[in-house]
Amino acid sequence: MLRGPGATDISLTVNGEAVTVQVAPRRTLLDTLRETLGLTGTKKVCDEGTCGACTVLIDGRPVYACMTLAVTCEGKGVETIEGLAKDGELHPVQRAFIDEDAFQCGFCTPGQIMSIVALLRGTAAPTEDDVRRAVSGNLCRCGAYPNIVAAGVSAGRRKR
Amino acid sequence: MPRVVKSREEFEGEIFESLVLVEGKDLPLPAAGAEFTEIGHGRRRVDGTQRVTGRARYTQDIYLPGMLHVRVLRSPYPRARVRRIDTKKAEALPGVRGVLHRFNAPKAAFRGEETIFREEVRFVGEEVAAVAADDEQIAVEALGLIEVDYELLPHVVDLEEAIGDVAPRLESDGNVSEGATHKRGDVKRALKEADHVVEATYRTSTQLHNSLETHGAVAAWDGEQLTVYESTQHVFGVRQGLRLALRLPLAKIRVICDYMGGGFGSKGGVGKYSIIASLFAMRLGRPIRCVLTREEENVAAGNRSATLQHMRLAGKDGRITAIEHTSWANVGQGKWVANPTGPTNTLYDVSNLSSKSYKVVTNAGSLSAFRAPGYVEGTFALESAIDELAATMGVDPITLRRKHAGSPKDPMVGKRYSDKHLLECYRIGAAEIGWQRRRSGGTRGSAPHRRRGIGMATQIWGGGGGPPAYATVHVNSDGTAVLTTGTQDIGTGTRTVLAQICADELGFELEDVHVRLGDTDNPYGPISAGSLTVASVGPAVRIAARDAREQLLGAAAGVLETPKSELRLASGVVVTKGARTPLSEILSKVDNNTVIGKGGRHPNDPDLSLRTFGAHFVELEVDVRTGEITVEHVVAVHDIGRILNPTTARSQVEGGVLQALGFALSEERFVDRATGRVMNANLENYKVPTVKDVPAKITVKFVDRPDRRANNLGVKGLGEPPIIPTAAAIANAVANATGARVRHAPLTRARVLEALAIAGARS
Repeated sequence: MLRGPGATDISLTVNGEAVTVQVAPRRTLLDTLRETLGLTGTKKVCDEGTCGACTVLIDGRPVYACMTLAVTCEGKGVETIEGLAKDGELHPVQRAFIDEDAFQCGFCTPGQIMSIVALLRGTAAPTEDDVRRAVSGNLCRCGAYPNIVAAGVSAGRRKR
Repeated sequence: MPRVVKSREEFEGEIFESLVLVEGKDLPLPAAGAEFTEIGHGRRRVDGTQRVTGRARYTQDIYLPGMLHVRVLRSPYPRARVRRIDTKKAEALPGVRGVLHRFNAPKAAFRGEETIFREEVRFVGEEVAAVAADDEQIAVEALGLIEVDYELLPHVVDLEEAIGDVAPRLESDGNVSEGATHKRGDVKRALKEADHVVEATYRTSTQLHNSLETHGAVAAWDGEQLTVYESTQHVFGVRQGLRLALRLPLAKIRVICDYMGGGFGSKGGVGKYSIIASLFAMRLGRPIRCVLTREEENVAAGNRSATLQHMRLAGKDGRITAIEHTSWANVGQGKWVANPTGPTNTLYDVSNLSSKSYKVVTNAGSLSAFRAPGYVEGTFALESAIDELAATMGVDPITLRRKHAGSPKDPMVGKRYSDKHLLECYRIGAAEIGWQRRRSGGTRGSAPHRRRGIGMATQIWGGGGGPPAYATVHVNSDGTAVLTTGTQDIGTGTRTVLAQICADELGFELEDVHVRLGDTDNPYGPISAGSLTVASVGPAVRIAARDAREQLLGAAAGVLETPKSELRLASGVVVTKGARTPLSEILSKVDNNTVIGKGGRHPNDPDLSLRTFGAHFVELEVDVRTGEITVEHVVAVHDIGRILNPTTARSQVEGGVLQALGFALSEERFVDRATGRVMNANLENYKVPTVKDVPAKITVKFVDRPDRRANNLGVKGLGEPPIIPTAAAIANAVANATGARVRHAPLTRARVLEALAIAGARS
């Protein structure tokens, strides 16, 4: 199929649903999620890959959506914070964040949660150090870190 | 009938007198030993689900139909006259809908000036023009097409340079002006008669807030009403600012802040971005979004002033006999100065004292309040100096402090404290850290090149709150309640603790109380700053809930045909001697009713001084080869009256400690002197703490005794206290560990190594 140089259609899966969006080559996945698809749970904090607030999963791997061009996501599966709760039931990591009081303003929270969700898929029962490593690229200005680490560890102990 | 009363409140170290409207009588404090269903219990945040699912809607997440995007052209020069602006090319770009600048924007009052686009721009990042376009990318491109003719003027960005004689004078009366002063006793004489005198200069660097949600607003004008969504700590303050800027009646302005992603003091009122968004919205008739980028946030949205502080302390017979404290703060283009001498004036009962705080203007971004403005900077100097004096006198630092920290009277204003348990904080903290293990000269660390030390420092702050603050409680016919107030939840848990207070007083389950806040259509709520939210709004909520409860019991008495005095409400159930009837059942018998309880905050006792107290203790190691500090344990003890929710209170203290850790160890704005540019206006080079910087252990303790004279809940604020003493405690622990005194925060490795070299040369 002939593509570019202008805006082009791409097809991908977002939270399990197939979507086709028209994006300019320079458009980031973050802007596409927030502005084109209305998924504003993923936050824009630095827009330059330094804070982790826009962390989403692409084919299960945590990435910074602000550093990912949407056109590179053709055929891929993207998961965002909006896709975690199923049938009105929170994901274990979301529940752990509430139980451990792992957020204050909540602006970094979607990114922190996505980083830990990715960790738990490979490491069922993470240690504190595992969680620290997983969220070391996610800044929290309110300083909820101790509770974020506790939430990551306790989410590992829960079953969905 | 409402009546006017005089009130006296403290806000961020200053005392303000005002007239406030109150109604009825205040409630008495709950009886000692009263049983609470919610108050004092650890509770999950009532908005937790919204926040963890991404459904919480922040200002940044407001996308309105037909919305245009604004980007701001900012001065590339630290000081220049804007002589001419040519926007022809920018306006010709497809998708550009409007450009505003000093030659076409209407007058709009902002912080005492008549316009938001000044003829003389005075820092790199000051607003020169703004473009509204179909999308952000077009707006950015348009900025590049605007031609501005600048006449460059001499500038100064550095604090110490600005104080000196050769710096350009930015104001007609010079760059330095006096802020606060305080004098008591005879400092000169005490210094002359002292056995020991310590004299030292301390510095603190500029700290940037870096709230994760940048400042921003979305404005919509429907021809009648202006609605502004803004990430703010004070919706009513923004409304007032818009009223002055736009000259609209208050009834036509509505400001909304449902969720906000951190402010830490910097979002206290209207911003130029809110005015720009509103001007465009009214001119173009379309919703306008103006949200700052991270870089803009770091150059134009405020900071904690850098300071230079001289301390002179005198000691005699094991006591502090005099303190002299002079401070200069770089406020950039700010119009006020936070007071670093505040803690010096009030913390210790020292008879001879002299303090002066100077404001220094420079060609750098303005200060804005940053979590305990002035007190963080001042406590670093004061509490470091107290330890230096203790070391010189050869006495234990806590022993020396104890002699001056136990006074029941505020030494500055001469009034009694409503309550004070500072000595108790010392006792708890010393026991938790193991103060008896502290050795003069420190101990060996975990490796031969590592030294270990223990240090502490004290905190004083306001946080007593006061009027005006109002709330209403609407009870629906199904037995659910809506608590409505104009305050904000900036991440501190305001929604949760207010719901707890309301549920407790109403006799409802927590989940049956819904909180609506952050809206100027609600009853007035104060700024979420100065650690005053809970102590201001909480008592009003309690009165409103009591009012609603009394009305509900009256209704129940009628329906059940039982005297009201024999009824009580618990967990949403009306309990009589023999029966339990759900309130919803009673209300369903009264067709379509709405019960509304009202409450307002009553004034504080004008004869009392309301303060919060605390102390932090730190154990750490210093790598003497690299200068790296590893903070291992922080003990934070705070005396803030009754604790409403131990879970959220603990989180707030941990957060304060971690933000303090940034101030103490890594956070520092760099401005290039030649060009006036901020060199690290991003989260890569400006180092906020990460998860890996968290100390191995943070112990949080509260005295947790209701302040019986403070208000009807016995509560005081907690937002700011935990960021105040940490940096000084760290510096004191470093001095204990190594003998090296680092007098500049942050205590970077370079500064530690330099201090080690000086200490080594001395010994």
